[in-house]
Amino acid sequence: MITRVLNKRNRALLAELVRTDFKLRYQGSVLGYAWSLLRPLLLFLILYVVFVKFLKIGGSVPHYPVYLLLGIVIWNFFAEMTSQSVGSIVGRGDLIRKIRIPRWIIVFSSSISALINLFLNLLVVIVFLFINHVDLLKTSLWLPLILVEVYILALGVSLFLSAAFVKYRDVSYIWEVILQAGFYLTPILYPLTLITNLIMLKLIMLNPMAQAIQDMRYATVTHQTKTIYQVFGGSWYKFIPFIAVFAIFITSIAYFRKESKNFAENI
Amino acid sequence: MNQALDNDIIKVDKLSKTFKLPHEQQSSIKSAFIHFYKKQRGYELQQALKDISFEVKRGEFFGIVGRNGSGKSTLLKLLAGIYNPSGGQVEVNGKLTPFIELGVGFNMELTGRENVFLNGALLGFSRREMRAMYDDIVKFAELRKFMDQKLKNYSSGMQVRLAFSIAIRAKSDILLIDEVLAVGDASFQQKCFDVFAKLKKQGATIILVTHDMSSVLRFCDRVMLIHKGQLVMIGKPAEVADTYLELNYENTEKNRQAETKIDKNKAAKEDTTKPAIKSVIIQDSNGKSTHRFSNKEKIKIIIHYDNKQKTPTHFGLQIFNDAGVYCFGTNTKISGLSPRAEKASDILVELLPQLVPGSYYINVATMNENATTVYDYKTRTASFRIIKDSQFEGIVTLDHSWIA
Repeated sequence: MITRVLNKRNRALLAELVRTDFKLRYQGSVLGYAWSLLRPLLLFLILYVVFVKFLKIGGSVPHYPVYLLLGIVIWNFFAEMTSQSVGSIVGRGDLIRKIRIPRWIIVFSSSISALINLFLNLLVVIVFLFINHVDLLKTSLWLPLILVEVYILALGVSLFLSAAFVKYRDVSYIWEVILQAGFYLTPILYPLTLITNLIMLKLIMLNPMAQAIQDMRYATVTHQTKTIYQVFGGSWYKFIPFIAVFAIFITSIAYFRKESKNFAENI
Repeated sequence: MNQALDNDIIKVDKLSKTFKLPHEQQSSIKSAFIHFYKKQRGYELQQALKDISFEVKRGEFFGIVGRNGSGKSTLLKLLAGIYNPSGGQVEVNGKLTPFIELGVGFNMELTGRENVFLNGALLGFSRREMRAMYDDIVKFAELRKFMDQKLKNYSSGMQVRLAFSIAIRAKSDILLIDEVLAVGDASFQQKCFDVFAKLKKQGATIILVTHDMSSVLRFCDRVMLIHKGQLVMIGKPAEVADTYLELNYENTEKNRQAETKIDKNKAAKEDTTKPAIKSVIIQDSNGKSTHRFSNKEKIKIIIHYDNKQKTPTHFGLQIFNDAGVYCFGTNTKISGLSPRAEKASDILVELLPQLVPGSYYINVATMNENATTVYDYKTRTASFRIIKDSQFEGIVTLDHSWIA
């Protein structure tokens, strides 16, 4: 199925769309592509100064700066990919109204751009891992799998949002607010040890982004952090985030397929 | 498989397309929620196409003509797979160009070269294939010096040239073309025509959608006429052209009548002391009322007027074509007649309409004895149509003969 979907023609188109996206993104800026790295680094610097230096949060977590940076990078990837995808179909209305190309390619190409950014940012994380003298953990091998989980979640959400945006332009504003709320509901800035209410902790961990970010931190930075497996122990509840990711992905594809037939006339 | 079946490259069966047109653009969740709550949907259905069935044969140059808003572009989008049919089906037995317009996806911020590769990818070419044909594309477009400039610095003609040069590389069995012939200068149009002729020779099927009958007459083997979303006829270009002109005439006539109605309301307030035009009647040379004429047949135009004060009056006549081009004008003064001063009467003009086939309007006027002041001016008081019995182009048909 993947070979059918990604045939030669679609691959060429995908590559060209991603290339265009990259060429245009930093056009007219002096530093150009360097902004892909600078932006998350500067954001990290602000949060680090505010939370670690002023508020003194995270003292209990070893290698807290890297721990923080990894969380920010992963959340940024999710936020950037989904918010760019919301308007991707409408933004490419010129193509959709006049040419028959698979509609998902447009969302997919914007997801590839976000992925490329993610890998650049992960390189920075690796540099920080070395600077902080973090021991290389065997569990790091799990990282790619967890990244796949985050990507599938982000792709599912992107497909859904981009299709819904064609009909309802409110979606972009709503999503902006949800992302803002999600940033604080997900343990990105604060260590989970700050949450003393057990029910609250359990609820927070059911969020797939919280589960994924904590898993990545556990796998690469330090084992002294909470993961969903510790929170729920033997209970099957620990599978809820994975089931949620899968369910979001499947329903989004179905919704996108249904709606994409009418994109040309609804845009 | 049946031989006849095999020959049809496109089969369209009872194709219909209905658009939902919201009364109030409902693109916020709040209004969707309210409508959902009220269980009412504020839209009306617009049937853009109704029960269209036809076949296009392999290697045919097939034309689709219709007035603006007849549904021809919707049909093209359905053929291209951009729209989804509401009813019926489209069967395509070959590779179709996926685009219906030139320069789709062109990005103004990219250079000419980058746009060539992007556009090529939209047509289904890989980067390697594009590299191989890049030089030919640039050469055909005659834009070698400009390829590293941003597209926004191109003139529109240059953009079209570049787009066309890429588009003709598309290796497809069926080419869909929507009014491209209207763009570009004369020499580029000629180039397009040459390409069409070449593609046709190579056995490609071409579907041309246009409202311009002259390009259809030049190229198409068969033509389909659609009007208000319905198929009117399919046939040889010359036959369809006549029906198309008749349809255009009906529309012209309808517009004219609508305008005259407004004029009449106005006329009630006008002062009746000046010579006024009451009506204009068109007849053939036998005195029969008609609006269809060949350009070898005389037209009688009778202007009925009212001149209560017996003012000395000159009469003027103007002929405009459907596109609003002023084709001919005359008046009684230019023609050397003396002004008339009867209370109420008719004046008759006889003329040979040496015009190309199409619809024409007549404007008439009454003027003072020096033909300097207009007393009454009625636009579009009558219309007539020149039927298709010649293929000459332009505005007028001049008497001419070729000497070998």
